[in-house]
Amino acid sequence: MSSGVDLEHVTIRFGDFTAVDDANLAIRKGEFFSFLGPSGCGKTTILRAVSGFNEPTEGTIRINGSDMRGIGPNKRPTALIFQNLALFPLMSVADNIAFGLEVEGIKYVERRRRAEELLDLIALSGQGDKMVSELSGGQKQRVAIARALAVEPEVLLLDEPLSALDLKLRQHMRSELRNIQQRVGITFIYITHDQGEALTMSDRIAVMSAGVIEQVGDGSTIYNEPETAFVASFVGENNPFYGKVVKVDGDYAQIQNKFGLLRGRNTQGLNEGDAAILFVRPEALSLVEGDVPAENVVESTILSEEFEGPSIHIHMEGETEKRISFAVSNEGKGTHLKVGDTAKICFEVDRAIVLPEGDLADE
Amino acid sequence: MSDFLSVFLAVVLALLVAPMLQKNTYTVWANLRQVTFVKKNGVLVSTYLIGAVFIWVVLMIIAPQLYMVDFSFRDGAIGGDPDAYTLKNYSYLIFGRDSDENLFNLLHLQIFLKTILASVGVTLLAFLLCYPIAYYLAQSTKGGTTRLFLIALILPFWVNEILRAFAFRILFGSSGVINVSLMGMGILDEPIDFIKADIAMYAGLSYAYILLMVFPIYNAIESLDHNQIEAARDLGSPWWRIHYRVVIPYAKPGIASGCTMVFMLSAGALAVPQILGGPSSLWFTQIIYDWFFTGGDWSRGSAYAFVLLFSCIIFVLAVMKFFKVNLGELAK
Repeated sequence: MSSGVDLEHVTIRFGDFTAVDDANLAIRKGEFFSFLGPSGCGKTTILRAVSGFNEPTEGTIRINGSDMRGIGPNKRPTALIFQNLALFPLMSVADNIAFGLEVEGIKYVERRRRAEELLDLIALSGQGDKMVSELSGGQKQRVAIARALAVEPEVLLLDEPLSALDLKLRQHMRSELRNIQQRVGITFIYITHDQGEALTMSDRIAVMSAGVIEQVGDGSTIYNEPETAFVASFVGENNPFYGKVVKVDGDYAQIQNKFGLLRGRNTQGLNEGDAAILFVRPEALSLVEGDVPAENVVESTILSEEFEGPSIHIHMEGETEKRISFAVSNEGKGTHLKVGDTAKICFEVDRAIVLPEGDLADE
Repeated sequence: MSDFLSVFLAVVLALLVAPMLQKNTYTVWANLRQVTFVKKNGVLVSTYLIGAVFIWVVLMIIAPQLYMVDFSFRDGAIGGDPDAYTLKNYSYLIFGRDSDENLFNLLHLQIFLKTILASVGVTLLAFLLCYPIAYYLAQSTKGGTTRLFLIALILPFWVNEILRAFAFRILFGSSGVINVSLMGMGILDEPIDFIKADIAMYAGLSYAYILLMVFPIYNAIESLDHNQIEAARDLGSPWWRIHYRVVIPYAKPGIASGCTMVFMLSAGALAVPQILGGPSSLWFTQIIYDWFFTGGDWSRGSAYAFVLLFSCIIFVLAVMKFFKVNLGELAK
């Protein structure tokens, strides 16, 4: 049916430890799909299971519809790019790229020609005779991609390949990767703990926590319509307000919180009496100036201000150790607020979301 | 002989005493303190280091060898002139006695060649045995298991070499464990003479130097990033190509180091060939031993020993050149 990668009830255990718990996913052909989660959430385990380095304890992994159980990593139509790249240091760049072709028994001249083509693709034309150690970090990155693409895999698996690069190069490589993916048109499965990478590059993202896939969706869905407290707190900044649902009307729910009654969208169908967290993004919060709105007003003490140029970040005392943070734009006069002052902030009902109570992501 | 020793000691003394005899002893010491090595380690430690290395290298390695070189060019036979220099010890290995019917000393040359070739064989056998062990220990086991395996490898070597060789004699003897069990299973009708066929000796030699092969290879493979092996596998490589293209090139210095040690020690082994060798086959070292202790001709023994030493060195250097290994890599 689906001609991509399907995970059907995939559970992977190591002894008593469950690394992946009942994962169900259909990754479409040609899609740039990311697994996003903090370290130890099981995303690398899934990747290794797709590439064949470990087998699911239960469930099935299908690539192009066929069950992959019992098929070794050297026989699967996948290619893996390792976190540390794992280029062969004793081979030239061209030999590295052509290694997969050498395995297939392709003659040297043809191998070399294909390697040159791939070197063109990654903008390293004519550098095939260099040794890997002579390349810069970003170049090595691209060679690793070329080496994986040389075997013409149907699925390219990338295990945080950008994590070793510095910020600037990382940002450059993001668009490069996306570019290469669109040119070759194969499925990319990308593992990362960096939400910026996931949001900018992916068609769809699976957010994982402690072995469980919390939510699957495109970047804006994940960001704007989180389904769990973990997703809301892990992807982007968010301000949590804990409380109990006191009233449900239509698509909205109202919670009783330390700061008063707060109302937001009720996307998960919470009922009266449920423990809930209302999340408001920093960009949805604004200072109350002039008339005080009828609802969703929070009054608290200002703990610190950070001047960032175009905006000023303000942190206020929250109900837990986590502070309420938001930004006001710099209008050239600075703020009239001082640390220690009390201020009122408010938000629109539609920009707050009420979710069932759950664990938040660690800062 | 004693001339040589006295000249040598005189030079050593002169080097030691010269600074003290000079009037400006103080400046000599002051200058010495300026030398970086002395500055870094202090006068006492650097004197010890230089002195210890000097004694080790010069007195214990170079001087005795020079003696042997000197010996090898003298006529040590009974009735010969011990003061004259001669090449006859070397020529004897190649041409034998003038009165022999053959032009060449075929017996000794054959044994010499056999020793070299058999040592190559032993080295290859040891490599084939040890590489899988070293690879398994370095890449497939975890800390505790690895230590257990390594201890299991090391402990048997607390038993001395002679005892181990005799144990092999018991294993391989005509009424030994191997023959008895093979006959018991009905595979053999009568025992194989492993000792006469030199099989016991090759097995014994390979076993004797197994650690010297395992450890350098283990060390080399241990530092190989496991991801490289997985990357090769992921790119479709069968296991043998992973070893041929990724693991072995990476472990080359370790393999070279292990092979040279096993080759050198096999070619120079005496106890194992003596105990496990067949009655009609000799190892070259046994001839050398006989010249020294049975023939009483130290000069000829020294000449034979040097021929063996230099042949082995040249052979090893040639093989290293062929496999493109630098001498420095052996110490890695």
